[in-house]
Amino acid sequence: MSDERVFMKGNHAACEGAYRAGCKGYFGYPITPQNEVTEYMSAHIWEHGGTFIQSESEVAAINMVMGASATGTRAMTSSSSPGISLKQEGLSYIAMMELPMVVMNVVRCGPGLGNIAPHQGDYFQATKGGGHGDYRLITLAPNSVQEMAQFVYDAFNLADKWRNPAMVLTDGTIGQMMEPVDYTTMPWMDPPDKSEWQLDEFQEGRERHVLTSIWLDPADMAVAHEKLIEKYERLKREEVRYTEYLTDDAEVLVVAIGSPSRVTHSAIRILRQEGLKVGLLRPITVWPFPYSAIREYADSKHVKAILVAEMNWGQMVEDVKLSVLGKKPLHFVPKHGGLTFTPEDLTEPIREILKNPESPNTLWHVS
Amino acid sequence: MDVVTIEGNEYKVVAQRPKSLTDKPFTYCPGCNHGTTHKIIAEVIDELGIQHRCIGIASVGCSVFSYEFFDFDFISVPHGRALAVATGAKRMRPNSVLMTYQGDGDLAAIGIAETIHACNRGERVTCIFVNNAIYGMTGGQMAPTTLLGMKTTTSPLGRDAKRIGWPIKMSEMLAPLPGAAYIARVSMHDAKHILKAKAAIKKAFRAQLEDKGFSMVEVLSNCNVNWHVTPQEGVKFVEEHMTKNFPLGVYKDVWEDEKAAKQTDKEKG
Repeated sequence: MSDERVFMKGNHAACEGAYRAGCKGYFGYPITPQNEVTEYMSAHIWEHGGTFIQSESEVAAINMVMGASATGTRAMTSSSSPGISLKQEGLSYIAMMELPMVVMNVVRCGPGLGNIAPHQGDYFQATKGGGHGDYRLITLAPNSVQEMAQFVYDAFNLADKWRNPAMVLTDGTIGQMMEPVDYTTMPWMDPPDKSEWQLDEFQEGRERHVLTSIWLDPADMAVAHEKLIEKYERLKREEVRYTEYLTDDAEVLVVAIGSPSRVTHSAIRILRQEGLKVGLLRPITVWPFPYSAIREYADSKHVKAILVAEMNWGQMVEDVKLSVLGKKPLHFVPKHGGLTFTPEDLTEPIREILKNPESPNTLWHVS
Repeated sequence: MDVVTIEGNEYKVVAQRPKSLTDKPFTYCPGCNHGTTHKIIAEVIDELGIQHRCIGIASVGCSVFSYEFFDFDFISVPHGRALAVATGAKRMRPNSVLMTYQGDGDLAAIGIAETIHACNRGERVTCIFVNNAIYGMTGGQMAPTTLLGMKTTTSPLGRDAKRIGWPIKMSEMLAPLPGAAYIARVSMHDAKHILKAKAAIKKAFRAQLEDKGFSMVEVLSNCNVNWHVTPQEGVKFVEEHMTKNFPLGVYKDVWEDEKAAKQTDKEKG
């Protein structure tokens, strides 16, 4: 396969990103709308010296990744919302044992079975820990097929750099759509050396390696916690990523991720033609979240109001609220049930907000 | 054989702590069979010369700290998931020797799906399944293998088949699966049976080393504390009741099957 401008589906591109990062193990279970990942892995991971298992459950899949990662190998799993819920137990253990691995969530609509349409209802789960205990995943949110490949590739590197599980949080639209991908930004690489802690068959003459998440004595557990927290604090300082689109003079700053951020681009182009100054800040890492970047806009003179668009009842908006700290009116435009945004869903509220930008009393105001 | 010198005299060592155990004293309850089970596993690993190739998977239950006692690489994993973790590790490192050490709640209740599917895939891993018919670590609740009539903290009037079903027989369930290479049930109630258990554990590791398939040894064990008996009464209960409900023996032996198949070929021949 050529590395330049390949026309691919998002879910397939994610696999190609994984291969280029040296992923040698994929363990997964079928669930729509991410089946293409499992299928593509089953067909192609062998060509890259890897192994595929269709597991008996999502629970088994994440634990297989735990075993693979414990041996120092790059491994991943993927699923969609109900399946990701099942992986939370394993992710909690993986986070405490500081095992680097990648999990991708091609989010569909919930709660319960919901439906197979795109949604963003798993934002809290992805960014606040998800399983039991106090931990975080490095979470990247792609909004294009190019980024599906790139962010899976990046997630492997970040996971190894920080010895922390990383999640790629996308939605059904991005997973299912096709776009050209340029792989030249993802050079083939061998997984880094992890011989200092990995479990392997070369134990003669070295200390044995033990991976565990249990410290019965609270004083010992506190030390383990502090080590994690120190890492998380460094991550918050060093790995925050986001992009901006026409924000320099924006009077309304939109914050959106995933497919709604693409619709926001269309809405901004329409509004700019009308002379309305609207821009987009798109978090790439939703954990660590770009609090201070958004705060700077909230502090700026040109931004009069901030608007968050999400395909849920309001999850990321809480992080934006923590960034804005009441300095500017904050508005929220939701989309429910697996329905997707149209540009009009955003242009209308923005026009309305701009009529009286300082007023918090618009229909979409977040109380 | 090792030789030690004490006060100028040389002595042959005829018995010693296996190399595959750490120096840490066992923290199991007095009279519990876990210690002896650990010891014979470690002896087998020493005898096969595979200590530095072994990766152990510690499960949840009394054996949660087994990683402190075995002297090779170890990971402690979520309740019931040992065989899934072992699968992932073995597939990535086929030259490693994978051992899971699991109790009845871990393997036969919460982890039964992982158990059946690891066996059915013929994963080249060795599972030591300690069946003492009770949840020991959590304080004596009913296990899937609790005998009928047996009183536990969650079956205070005794296990009633009508309400909660029968003790589950894992060896009998797994043996018919084509992925199984060696499945045996052994007991730890006296010296003779402990030697038999050791032989079975050795075969189970051989099945993995010879790439034959999945192997499991179900070890009938005691729980004096939660059975509310003395250690002597405990092993007597294993001998008299546990072995009756869970018959000892080899349920799958890939080498015997291969021999039988060769014999049939010859007769056809």
